[in-house]
Formats: sequence, structure tokens, C-alpha cells
Amino acid sequence: MEKTWNNKAWFMVLPVLLLVAFSAVIPLMTVVNYSVQDTFGNNQFFWAGTEWFTEMLTSERFHAALGRNLFFSFIILIIEIPLGIIIALNMPRKGWGVPVCLVLMALPLLIPWNVVGTIWQVFGRVDIGLLGHTLERLGINYNYVQNPMHAWFTVIIMDVWHWTSLVVLLCYAGLVSIPDAFYQAAKIDGASRWAVFRYIQLPKMNRVLLIAVLLRFMDSFMIYTEPFVVTGGGPGNSTTFLSIDLVKMAVGQFDLGPAAAMSIIYFLIILLMSWVFYTVMTNYDAER
Amino acid sequence: MARIDLNHIRHAYGPNPKSDKDYALREVHHSWEDGGAYALLGPSGCGKTTLLNIISGLIHPSHGQLLFNGQDVTNLSTQERNIAQVFQFPVIYDTMTVYDNLAFPLRNRGVAESEIDAKVRETLEMIDLASWANKKARGLTADQKQKISLGRGLVRSDVNAILFDEPLTVIDPHMKWVLRSQLKQLHQRFGYTMVYVTHDQTEALTFAQKVVVMYDGEIVQIGTPEELFERPKHTFVGYFIGSPGMNVMPVKLAGGTAQIGAHQIQLPTPVTPADAKKIELGIRPEYVRIGRSGMPVKIAKVEDIGRHKIVRTRLENQDIAVIVGEGEDIPADPHITFDPKGINIYADSWRVGGN
Repeated sequence: MEKTWNNKAWFMVLPVLLLVAFSAVIPLMTVVNYSVQDTFGNNQFFWAGTEWFTEMLTSERFHAALGRNLFFSFIILIIEIPLGIIIALNMPRKGWGVPVCLVLMALPLLIPWNVVGTIWQVFGRVDIGLLGHTLERLGINYNYVQNPMHAWFTVIIMDVWHWTSLVVLLCYAGLVSIPDAFYQAAKIDGASRWAVFRYIQLPKMNRVLLIAVLLRFMDSFMIYTEPFVVTGGGPGNSTTFLSIDLVKMAVGQFDLGPAAAMSIIYFLIILLMSWVFYTVMTNYDAER
Repeated sequence: MARIDLNHIRHAYGPNPKSDKDYALREVHHSWEDGGAYALLGPSGCGKTTLLNIISGLIHPSHGQLLFNGQDVTNLSTQERNIAQVFQFPVIYDTMTVYDNLAFPLRNRGVAESEIDAKVRETLEMIDLASWANKKARGLTADQKQKISLGRGLVRSDVNAILFDEPLTVIDPHMKWVLRSQLKQLHQRFGYTMVYVTHDQTEALTFAQKVVVMYDGEIVQIGTPEELFERPKHTFVGYFIGSPGMNVMPVKLAGGTAQIGAHQIQLPTPVTPADAKKIELGIRPEYVRIGRSGMPVKIAKVEDIGRHKIVRTRLENQDIAVIVGEGEDIPADPHITFDPKGINIYADSWRVGGN
């Protein structure tokens, strides 16, 4: 049969293009539109140029929120990744324990985020919460509503409780793919427990770990619901992360211009981070 | 290097073995010489890997003892037994260089770095990978990886035995031959005790001095390739070794003759088995002659495999394969005769007589 050569195939991707346009491109362009204009209501807009961007990039409030967010992501990564690995290493490989562990691990992941927030909000209350009450009985003056340290502690513990499972499941998948012969060979070579981890298990988990770090970084960098429900960003601004700050600015104060500029900067930071991770991962694959 | 004594070893994977059927390994009682090259040959599920894992210490036998040079090692761990093992799939430490892979077992044992260097360089020469020493191990081909697995065993001067578990499974056919001959050279030069598990008879017969044929959880014969070929102790060995396998047919014995249907065959030596349920005559296709006299047969099929022809014949109700030289004719009215040199008599599958 004669082959037809034309560009009609492009029509095939049209539905996808339309979908992406409505779901991503158009909203994004609206934001871009706001970010370069100023308004005093009445739907009247004035050209503002890069003014909002300059304001944002030099704003102490933005720096503080960004700093808090990076610090939060850093803390939860250094807790969740090693903890996830340790739990995955200790999970059973066969028998009835496997499904039990997998279900237990998957449970926190299945709970809606605002419910997670509510659970911990109640859990941490001094009057009726198990955690808050117990800590108070132990003589610790725990109060996440007023003490910034306690608020951080609660938010971090909540995130660890909610998301370590994801790291565990990914690591576990990496671990079970290692054939028995590797462990037997290591025994014969007289390898210590640490050497088995360092030279067999860790290299085999490398890829899933990168994915776990990427996912956990992105999610924690965009975290909104849980801290919003538990602390509402307080006390003061101590747990106001980027997204909480953004919502306050856009919906609370109705500063559309600065908020739009901030979301674009926020978006670019996430894009940059994703690109870095992507490059690291593909380089690693090419090396193999 | 060590002599290996297998002292009434039995193994069952289930918790409470009752009958023979519950045992993956029924009973193995043998001595393997120091410096010998043994091949464990048998079909899948015959217990050969179980036996190998018992020797390496990955499995603890349900009954019996294992001795290395007369010392009981049954309860020792894999490390303490000082053995080396090469697995079916290459096991290498991906992130290390070839050099570090070989140094790994020595470093784990706390050997001095200068000594490690000497041993590793010597081993790299032996396995022909000296020029790859500083390359990352993960970029290597399957056969090079297998040589690294082997090297990690060779590098230790004190190994009692080197065990191979179907090591050539993932190797390309043309490299199989090269690796096998390198293994054989290593064995001849350094005299390691080697145990090699395979289901490939060519591999077993070319590699080993002694081939251990296993069937259904038991060792049915240990012998040189020639013994296995000429005088299979069990009909299974006859079937399993040789291509095509031995012709085995039910016969009736009467004095010095065996009777197949209406035909009488003169036996080289008279056999009188005690009271066997089943008497069989076995003869390899190489010892069946085709010609114009003897027992009349029908020809079912002729397979020309290049060096010779395999003629599938029928003698009454019995299929008999015959190997005929490439240049020889097959007469229109074919008859076969059995060369007395190749006749074996089996009572209940075990060899009781013949040449």
C-alpha cells in the first residue's frame, strides 16, 4: 500500500493539547498576567512590569517562608529516608507477615490529608489528645498552639508518620528484587552486615531512593493542608510555609500581583529542583 | 583443598519427612578426593543443587555428617567452612572495581593490604582480567562477571573447595567452551577440589574427572566419562548420557542368552539375577550394527546430523536407535545385530551384568 505523507497526525494530539491548555497553560498564563499588573478593583488593571517580582525577591517575609520550607524539607528528608530504609530492611520477606506489614505501611498513605491534620490536631491537644495529655502528665509543658518549637515538632512528627511509609514501600520493592544468590555470595565472602548493606542492598536501592527523595522533597516543599489544619501557620508565622503564605497573600489579603509573582517564583524553584533530580537520575542511568 | 566426605546425608525440605518421597536427597554416602574435579549431573529436581548447598553450608542436612579432611563441618557456617561458590547468575559488587571485587573477601577477613595486592594481582592474571583491574565491575560482559565470581574464590589461598552451580547458564555458547577450558586449566595447574553442578552432559563430561549422576534424590553412579558411557550402572544413566541415549528393552534370560520377542541374543557372560521383577537389556546406538543379517527391523526415520546418521528402527514393538556412519549404506531389507562389547543387563533398572 502507498504510504500517505502529510501532517494530519497532529490532529490526533489536539485533544491532549486542549486538555493541557485548559488544565495548565491557561491558569498559568492567568497567573503570569496578574504578576505583571496592578489593580485597584473594578477590574481595572495597570501595567506593573517586574515590580512584583523585585518586591518578592527582596521581601523578608518571602525569604523567611522559603527558609522555613527548605529547613522543613531538609529535616523530614533526613528523618524519613534513613528511617524508611531501616524499616524496609527489617520487614519480613516471606510468610504471613508480608501482607500484614504492607497493609500497615499503606494505611497512613490512604488517609486524606486534611484528616491527617485533624487527627494530629486532636492527638496533640493537652485536654483531650492522647499525645498532648500524656506529655503533660509526664511533666512536659507541651503546647503546640503557643510554643513554636512544639508546633514544629508536631508538624514534623505528623509528616514522618504520614509519609515514611512511602519511602518504606519503595525501598522494600528495591530490596525484594535482590536475588538470594547475592546474600549467599556475601556470606561466602565473609561480608559483615554493614558490608552487605553498603555493597549489595544500597546499590540496588539507589534508584528507588532517588525517586523517594524526589517525591518527598516535592511534597514537603508544597505542603499545605496538614500544617494549615494543625497550626494554621502559627504560632505567629513560625510554621508558615510557602504555600500557606501564598494562600494568605492571595486569598487573605487579596494582593493578586505579589501573590502571582510569588507563585511563579515558587513554581520555578520546583521546576529547577525537578530538573536537578532528573539530570542526576538520568546521568546515573547512563553510567550503568 | 580438602577431601570431602558425605556421611549418610539425607535432606528433606518439609518438617516431618516420613517416606522416601519426602526427601529431596534420599541418601548420599560418598568420599570425594582432594583435588578432584567432580561434576554433579542430573535433570532438574534431582537434588543436585540441594547437595551442593549442603556442602557450601547454605542448607543444613536433615541427617548425616559432612567432613572436610576428616573434620566434621556439618554445624559450621558458610564462612567457617572456607569454600568458594560460583552461582548461576553472576554475582558481582556493582559499585566496586574489578580489583576491589577480588579484594573484598580478603578485606573482610582482615588480611594485610600488601598481601591482598599480591594475591589479587596473581588472581587477575589467572582469570585473564589483569587489564580490567580498575574498571567498574558493572560494565563487564556476563562471562567476565562469572570470572570475577570465580576469582573471589580463587583469591583466598585457604579454600577447601570451589563449588559451581550451573555457572554457564547465562554465557553465550561460544564463550562457554572458552570458559570451560580455562576452568579445566586452572584445575590442572592448581589442583583445586571442584564440584560442578550442571544438567548439560557435554559440560559435565568435558569438565570433570569424575561425573556424579543423580536421579530422584540419589547418586546412581560416580565414574569417569568413559565408565558412564560404556557401563551405565542404572538405566537412567544410559538414557541421560549419550545422544541419543541407550536403547533399553525388556528381555527374558535363559542361560547364556537373552530373548527379545522371538529373537535370541548371545550374552558375553552368563547372568543369573536373583529374583528381579524386570529384566532389561541396554545397548548404546553406537553398538548396534545395521546390515543384511541379524534381526529384521523396520526403519521409521533417518536423522542426518552431519557427522553421522541416527536411524530410528523398530524391532517388533521395540524402538531401537542406531548410529550409522555418514558414508555407510542402509540396506533396503535392514537387519540389526548387537555388538557384544556394548551389551549391559539390568535387573530392576540396576546393572547386573554384561561385558
